[in-house]
Amino acid sequence: MGALLNVSSSPHVRCKLTTQKIMLAVIIALLPATIFGILNFGPYSLVLVLVTIGTCVLTEYVFNLVLKRKQTVNDLSAVVTGLLLALNFPSTLPWYLAIVGGFFAIFFVKMVFGGLGQNFMNPALAARCFMVISFAGYMTNFPLDAMGRATPLTRLKAGEGVDVFKMFIGNTSGTIGETSVIAILIGAIILLALGIIDITIPGMYILTFSIFILLFGKHGFDMHFLTAHLCGGGLMLGAFFMATDYVTSPITTKGRIIYGAILGILTGLFRIYGASAEGVSFAIIFSNLLVPLIDKISMPLPFGYNKPKKEGKANE
Amino acid sequence: MGDLTFKGGVHPYEGKELSMDKPIKEYRPHGELVYPLSQHIGAPAKPVVTIGEHVKIGQLIAEADGFVSAPIYASVSGTVKAFDKRQNAMSNYVDSIIIENDNNYEHVEYDEVEDVTKLSREEILERIKKSGIVGMGGAGFPQHVKLSPKEPEKIEYIIADCAECEPYLTSDYRLMLEEPESLVEGMKILVSLFPNASGIIAIENNKPDCIEKVSNLLNGVDNIKVNVLKTKYPQGGERQIIFATTGRKLNSSILPSDLGCIVLNNASIMNMYKAVKFGRPLTHRIVTITGEAINDPRNFDVPLGTNFMELVEAAGGFVETPEKIICGGPMMGFAVSNMDIPVVKTTSAMLCMLHDQIAMYEATHCINCGKCVEVCPARLVPSRLAKLMEHNDIEGFEAMHGAECMECGCCNYICPAKKHLTQMIRTGRQTVLTNRRKKK
Repeated sequence: MGALLNVSSSPHVRCKLTTQKIMLAVIIALLPATIFGILNFGPYSLVLVLVTIGTCVLTEYVFNLVLKRKQTVNDLSAVVTGLLLALNFPSTLPWYLAIVGGFFAIFFVKMVFGGLGQNFMNPALAARCFMVISFAGYMTNFPLDAMGRATPLTRLKAGEGVDVFKMFIGNTSGTIGETSVIAILIGAIILLALGIIDITIPGMYILTFSIFILLFGKHGFDMHFLTAHLCGGGLMLGAFFMATDYVTSPITTKGRIIYGAILGILTGLFRIYGASAEGVSFAIIFSNLLVPLIDKISMPLPFGYNKPKKEGKANE
Repeated sequence: MGDLTFKGGVHPYEGKELSMDKPIKEYRPHGELVYPLSQHIGAPAKPVVTIGEHVKIGQLIAEADGFVSAPIYASVSGTVKAFDKRQNAMSNYVDSIIIENDNNYEHVEYDEVEDVTKLSREEILERIKKSGIVGMGGAGFPQHVKLSPKEPEKIEYIIADCAECEPYLTSDYRLMLEEPESLVEGMKILVSLFPNASGIIAIENNKPDCIEKVSNLLNGVDNIKVNVLKTKYPQGGERQIIFATTGRKLNSSILPSDLGCIVLNNASIMNMYKAVKFGRPLTHRIVTITGEAINDPRNFDVPLGTNFMELVEAAGGFVETPEKIICGGPMMGFAVSNMDIPVVKTTSAMLCMLHDQIAMYEATHCINCGKCVEVCPARLVPSRLAKLMEHNDIEGFEAMHGAECMECGCCNYICPAKKHLTQMIRTGRQTVLTNRRKKK
């Protein structure tokens, strides 16, 4: 044989899962919540979703073009960021603010730090927090629902009653993608079944949050109050789609348990003792910053090694 | 009770169905045969023949140089043609003996014994040492060294590694199916070497026919049992198989014998039996010629030194020109740049792939998904180790236990960002090990 064959270091086989396929799965899993949001809040929501996604993809594309870097929009991560961000907007947001949000998420949170994998905060959530602080009026301008004037969580905070079943289905007020618990759970089940996310972070998050509400919620062992808190606000969307963001969550199972617990406690603190009714976005953003520390204390011991303490005891 | 296993690992496409149902075929080479002097870990063997000398099958052509070394025997009859540097599977040119086959297949008289139970421990070990058997799973460690631990009475388990967890490989499977007696008889001899040892024959559950055959042969044998393992890569790794069968944990600072275990490959055990009982040295081995690019994938009983190109012809040639040829399995084998290389003691397979899956994907940024951590059987954090190597931080790499890696390739297989994790970690590990040796 004349021609030389390809050579490379072992192993010589690859599994079929790629970053692009993971992102595609997340997009598909977000579709039930997206479609429900559009049906619930009207066609302008679709415009917001498309504008935000478009801005995100274009920002990344132009950034790479200007800096003469390899084009990375094919990995679809910008689409995921845009979609998640749009799902966090109220359906009344002016479209030009959606552009501001999308640009902030991709340019300031993702690309300047080096692109996918290098950002230390979830771009969609960081952009949401930026928007909530900068354009508070617009970002909390939720459409009135049939029963009143505010989101279920604000009513809950004011001590008013809420319809938990409606919250589960999603016929309530809130951001485009956060209201329907059932639609979010369908997406979550897709991701869990495909092995894209594991249950550790959302499981620990929801468990810790529930315990916190039962202990410090000032309502005692009130299941109705707890269920309303679980179904309200961005908790479900945050727990399954944003806290599980690979880049900004710990890499080991032990770290993910700690991370989930911190998220639950922080969300509870913000919701019960904070000024705002919401707490999920800030809890996740804050916990993102703790991830390097969590990683540091949760590195696994290699196979065949014992904990140093045990060895000490054995020597005594 | 469920099948035994370990934590981590992956399930790549097995590809065993290509060759598993065809019986082993004897192959007789027609060209020259090449015997590299180093087919094992340790000192290369020293040639004891001269150019022009006539040799027979089973005749010593190079003797062991020291304790950790292994002799080499002629696998055909013919004439010693030259001493030359020839290419091996790692694409290095190494000192080799070249023999021209005379196609007469004469062999020397073997020294067979009537009753192996009458041999002393020393006699058995001497017969194994003389036969030149090395770890035939790919490690190439001289087996008499493995069987000579400092304190033989502390050995509790002799583990026969019949997992064959590498995808595509079926040589161990066919051997076990066709000659289960050699495996069982070999285990009986090995267990008898150690006063406190019992035997474990560990087989993955994708070989139910082998499990049945071996179990039947073990009827009435108290000190050897079959352990059924889950089918998962790298189940046949030394640390994984010791853990699965005994629950003991091996790391890089100790030897299996420190845990009272000796792990031996199935083909090695069968050849040891032949060496002890029939006095036959290691001259042949079973090689799987397989892959999507091969017309008639199957196993051959091949004289050592046979050229790979001949074996491709014997297996019906190529369907299409392969992009990549691997000596060994797809997870830990070596990609070869051309096929002009000989079969050696550690050659388990030649895998001809139509497509190069590594070249198909481009490496992108790590997205911190943690899949490499999930699958790492050594419980390391491959993505972080690779990152440290990108910055050439050897100290950080060592502090994160990079040297515990056994290069099984699971992280590399699973990585959705298609990073070359194993390659980077291998580089780091080799640097660490070299530095450690220098310090000593």
